Amino acid sequence: MYRYDEFDDTFVRERVAEFRGQVARRLSGDLTEEQFKPLRLMNGLYLQLHAYMLRVAIPYGTLSARQLRQLAMIARKYDKGYGHFTTRQNIQYNWPALIDVPDILSDLADVEMHAIQTSGNCIRNVTSDPYAGAATGEVDDPRVWSEVIRQWSSLHPEFSFLPRKFKIAVTASDEDRAAIKVHDIGLRLYRNEEGDRGFEVLVGGGLGRTPFIAETIRAFLPERRLLSYLEAIMRVYNRHGRRDNKYKARVKILVSVDPDDFRRQVEKEWEKSDKDRLDAPLEELLRIRRHFAPPNFEMLTQDSAALNDARRDNEEFNRWISVNSRAHRQPGYAIVNISLKPIGKPPGDISADQMDAVADIAGRFSFDEIRATHEQNLCLPHVKKDDLFAVWRALDGAGLATANIGLASDIIACPGLDYCDLANARSIPIAERIAERFADPRKAADVGELKIKISGCINACGHHHVGHIGILGVDKKGEEFYQITLGGSGAEDASIGAITGRGFSSSEVVDAVDRLVDFYKDSRKPGERFLDAYRRLGAEPFKEALYGETSH
Amino acid sequence: MKAITANRLSDGAVLYVGDDESFVDRFEQARLFEPGEAEKVLAQVLNRKTAIASAYLIEAEATGPIGREALRETIRKNGPTVRRDLGKQAELINERL
Repeated sequence: MYRYDEFDDTFVRERVAEFRGQVARRLSGDLTEEQFKPLRLMNGLYLQLHAYMLRVAIPYGTLSARQLRQLAMIARKYDKGYGHFTTRQNIQYNWPALIDVPDILSDLADVEMHAIQTSGNCIRNVTSDPYAGAATGEVDDPRVWSEVIRQWSSLHPEFSFLPRKFKIAVTASDEDRAAIKVHDIGLRLYRNEEGDRGFEVLVGGGLGRTPFIAETIRAFLPERRLLSYLEAIMRVYNRHGRRDNKYKARVKILVSVDPDDFRRQVEKEWEKSDKDRLDAPLEELLRIRRHFAPPNFEMLTQDSAALNDARRDNEEFNRWISVNSRAHRQPGYAIVNISLKPIGKPPGDISADQMDAVADIAGRFSFDEIRATHEQNLCLPHVKKDDLFAVWRALDGAGLATANIGLASDIIACPGLDYCDLANARSIPIAERIAERFADPRKAADVGELKIKISGCINACGHHHVGHIGILGVDKKGEEFYQITLGGSGAEDASIGAITGRGFSSSEVVDAVDRLVDFYKDSRKPGERFLDAYRRLGAEPFKEALYGETSH
Repeated sequence: MKAITANRLSDGAVLYVGDDESFVDRFEQARLFEPGEAEKVLAQVLNRKTAIASAYLIEAEATGPIGREALRETIRKNGPTVRRDLGKQAELINERL
């Protein structure tokens, strides 16, 4: 894992001290709320319905056991004993007091964490593949480049007051687990035909009120030129991005007007830039790379007799392995996904005790490492197959062994109107009820991969546009209504879902989802996913299933 | 009728303006105003800058918030509907125990 050097440590400590002073000035009345608000937002502190909310950055989703224990301590000492993992690999605390926030930030700094740039019109926490360093078929560890971007974008003076917020995601696999095509910049590291590593650079993706899939503006960028090229993109955006209308200010709007022109401008800006000055020096790249060296894996055979025996003897464990574990690049190891979607509970929430349990398990069985996923789950990246049964038992003891990764009850949902000041409708109760409908493991397995994503407003923190089934909560004369979209995907086959028609009331929407799933089950080809069946059959028959023939 | 609601500066907790124009924690203790008077009191409340982070008017009756924002304001009044153990609803239960 990356460790702070003296510069990182100093700048985070100085920021804590600065914010402590700003909070004191606000409490004494020297600063008005209007003056204070942008300062607290620059430190990840929002005001929500019931309390403040602090969003803590987890760079590229990587956590050590020590860091997770500290997050547990903060949840216990300053909050109400739990945290909420978000759709951008961050964690949010829902109840911190303003007067405690400087102390929380200081405690975060003790474990090399902070809340800087988790809000505001700046480059936000860079996100990446939660399986980084463990996935099969990866061309490099994407966290090396994510860390390069983190250092470059932290307090970058030229890009601290952008037209709007700016989100970057990095992957180094063909399988996209970082949703790069719906980010302002998505980077896919790959090898070209000559065997050289470089990035496909995508720009202008995003969700919110005007969703777009990103455009590839450069098919292959040599990896060492990453920062100068990013700098060129940011300069074009900073110069031409609209500042008169916040709804038109994201880079996706600029790109969508004329992608070719945007591409030309970036290339022109890049051509004239002093690349050798802007790009990361080789020695710095090597220094960063050393932090992401693979752990000391044992040399094992691919097959584990202990695992095979345990799977044969325990049906529940066998199901959990099938659903929640993934292949690892190292023989004899596996990637373990920890679902934070227990049936009937808020997606992404985790108690302080559970955080401690995961930290202990990671310490014993996964080289001290934990990852947060953008689908609001956690992941143990490096577990020996021989240890999987012990890991499962420990997770089960902590209430963390739900076997539903990628299934209908593994729902992304934003906090919605239960917490969020911007929401128009509740998300979590809908997620809980849908999960209960698909709680039966046999029913869920029969349905197979189904990504349901729910947002409580058009800002789309619940990524509803890219749900195979997306659900958007809207306010209709004071009543909650839920609009359904179909056919979205945030993966390598990214697409924006299409709105089906009139919305459903809170009491109707779960049955509506069930009708869609029933229709899919009746219509699918053997092995065909919901999304693929939708793409083959088109929207009309699904709409008919939703609304009946009267919809025509 | 209108009530005046706010978020306390120190911890963001939901407040209401009560009978003597002091802040109270519970909607049940909130004073209901005629619209004109509510505007005037709100203007005074907004001057109490070290007490609150925000304040605004809501439509309400003695039974609770009403109108277009009734659900949002009822959630603020009680706490998250998905965590009955948190927020003012939990404080009320704890007091009863």
